[in-house]
Amino acid sequence: MKRTLKALVFACGAVASAFGIAAGTTPAQAQGKTITLCWAAWDPANALVELSKDFTAKTGIGMKFEFVPWTNYADRFLNELNSRGSLCDLIIGDSQWIGGAAENGQYVKLNDFFKKEGISMDDYMPATVVGYSEWPKNTPNYWALPAMGDAVGWTYRKDWFARPDVQKDFKAKYGRDLAVPKTLDELRDIAQFFQGREIDGKKVYGASIYTERGSEGITMGVSNYLYDYGFKYDDPKKPYAMDGFVNSPVAVKGLEAYKDLYKCCTPPGASNSYMSEGLDAFKSGQVALQMNFFAFFPGLYKDPNVGGDRIGFFVNPAGPAGQATQLGGQGISVVSYSKNQDEALQYIKWFSGADVQKKWWALGGYSCAKSVLNDPSFPNSAPFAKEFLQSMGMVMDFWAEPSYAQLLQAEQKRVHDYVVADKGTAKEALDGLVKDWKAIFKEEGKKF
Amino acid sequence: MNDLSASSRINYQAVMVRPSVERRIRGLSDKALAWLFITPTIVLLLAINIFPLLWTIYLSFTNYRANRPNAPTIWLGTDWYQSILTDPDIWAAMQVTAHFVIWTVVIETVLGFGLAFLIDKKFRGHGIWTTIILLPMMLSPAVVGNFWTFLYQPQIGLFNYVVAFFTSGDASSFQMLGDVRLSPWAIVIVDAWMWTPYVMLICLAGLRSIPDYIYEAAEVDRASKWRQFWSITLPMALPFIMLAVLFRGIENFKMFDMVNLLTGGGPGSTTEVASITLKRAAFESWRTGYSSAFAIILFVTVFGLANIYVKALNKVKSR
Repeated sequence: MKRTLKALVFACGAVASAFGIAAGTTPAQAQGKTITLCWAAWDPANALVELSKDFTAKTGIGMKFEFVPWTNYADRFLNELNSRGSLCDLIIGDSQWIGGAAENGQYVKLNDFFKKEGISMDDYMPATVVGYSEWPKNTPNYWALPAMGDAVGWTYRKDWFARPDVQKDFKAKYGRDLAVPKTLDELRDIAQFFQGREIDGKKVYGASIYTERGSEGITMGVSNYLYDYGFKYDDPKKPYAMDGFVNSPVAVKGLEAYKDLYKCCTPPGASNSYMSEGLDAFKSGQVALQMNFFAFFPGLYKDPNVGGDRIGFFVNPAGPAGQATQLGGQGISVVSYSKNQDEALQYIKWFSGADVQKKWWALGGYSCAKSVLNDPSFPNSAPFAKEFLQSMGMVMDFWAEPSYAQLLQAEQKRVHDYVVADKGTAKEALDGLVKDWKAIFKEEGKKF
Repeated sequence: MNDLSASSRINYQAVMVRPSVERRIRGLSDKALAWLFITPTIVLLLAINIFPLLWTIYLSFTNYRANRPNAPTIWLGTDWYQSILTDPDIWAAMQVTAHFVIWTVVIETVLGFGLAFLIDKKFRGHGIWTTIILLPMMLSPAVVGNFWTFLYQPQIGLFNYVVAFFTSGDASSFQMLGDVRLSPWAIVIVDAWMWTPYVMLICLAGLRSIPDYIYEAAEVDRASKWRQFWSITLPMALPFIMLAVLFRGIENFKMFDMVNLLTGGGPGSTTEVASITLKRAAFESWRTGYSSAFAIILFVTVFGLANIYVKALNKVKSR
């Protein structure tokens, strides 16, 4: 009897394990498994929580989320990756992390997986593939799936712009109609026009722009001016040769223009503003214009006080050298220290589905998939969809080198010193930046 | 019956074990017994204090980066030390730190001693006042940093409003945190607000330790209150005041959290104290070797200054 029982138990075990292997990642087997996705704490993250319920329903894999506020996002998750932590199975990491994460073996390379699952990078907007997935840039080495397209854009108070008294005053002062600015000069005029103006008995200000010192704020802001004025990170023909590009006369002018906008047209106390401060300033009716990432625009449009008909959106205006904007957004990667890589990859496969991408956009996330963005109905699918599409066609990004954090810190210091703390001239700031960046690249063993 | 016998067996075993342990301990010398008690503490100290310190010293001579553990570690000798000590940005950070330490210590000592002197006088409700005064130091620096950021807000901040009220100016005409001239003082004000009660508490202990009979003798000698203060109160409370200065000096030399929350080192680098520079190098740039060297320099500076100060303190005490 005992022997029969033993045999039965053994047989059951064998059958169970055989089924386990064969079933692989079927819902039945995956039930009880939970994976953790790490990202920033902001509106799109809430949309992703909602979206991911479908994944759990489909696969039986539970989802846990670790969301950290933007100001601590890089600190928290880079610490996690650098300490080889296994908290995150999936991470939606910033675009600039890709170089370091790839070279330090923190992300799983996805080429084979994409090939096996039939996921093609041709199905995504080229700028997002280069920005969020590739390292080295412009080579077919993929470390992430483009997940959240984003760029810097602008919002304005449509209701204030439409007021006859405001229109009349503006025309009298500038000799043209008050309308969405096409150039950075026009933007400055509008910001100056509103600065200190009384609207409905309340003093309002021109623009909320990025000036934050601690993480990446002022760099993400000033870049929109620098790019439009002709700033380049290096010689397109000679990588890492920065003299005459970073500190070119046009780049100096761009930096001066950003400082001018900060000095003339921002609310008092805006010396350390980033995304949330910009949102606060706009939502509380303090400013006419706001620089911010598109990711916040769905939330702003729904805002009961400043949303709906009261808000308008526009792309970063053109400067003397052209029109570009700072890339935001992130790709989704599998962390190489994760113990649940199979489930994490399953999530990526599911997330890449056309119907999921469509729903992602509908919920408030920004899909990078061409199937969504090239759909004829897309430009009219949201009041900011057309501007988003336009912005994604003209994005530029900061260095994505493994030493990006050091490069970023140097720019934060040099630019903040000049723009906010009035230290030195724009030329000195950019010359200093070239010196800092050269030292960093030299330490990295780069030749230039 | 069975249960009973089991319990008696346990008791019996316990009785059997106790004398043997006692005998073993009794056999130890006093010295061995002392070692037995302090060994866990020493091991803990070595593991969490001494080993990291030695490891940091080692790393400070290398190019090690914590985010690139697979990269070869190269011995650089004193390169980092030379580069730090000749870096104008580091000296700027040290100047900012010195400004912060000196002014906070001066203000906190003067105000703290003054408050202690007042609180020491028995008056109605002095217990409640003591508690109220002590409240700021009981708050977390994170909370203090955040709410002072609101107080300093030019448009809605209470601080600006109060200043504007007394100066008849415009509340939004000045920025405590965004102005290069004002921001170094903004952080001094917040630290003084938070830590003056701490200095007061130490000074109060000093004042309460002065025996009454000394004052009574001075009264008999018809010494004025002013004379009593200079000849009795201040000299006798001086060791306590110096102790408070030492504590606050060391603490503010390492100041990070509050300044980071209030200004993040800005505007520009105006309030970038040494610890913020260190944190950026260590955990944002991941220059572990470089930041280890900087940490050692800071450690030696604080340790050296504190030692000189303690010697002075001992002299005052022995007077």
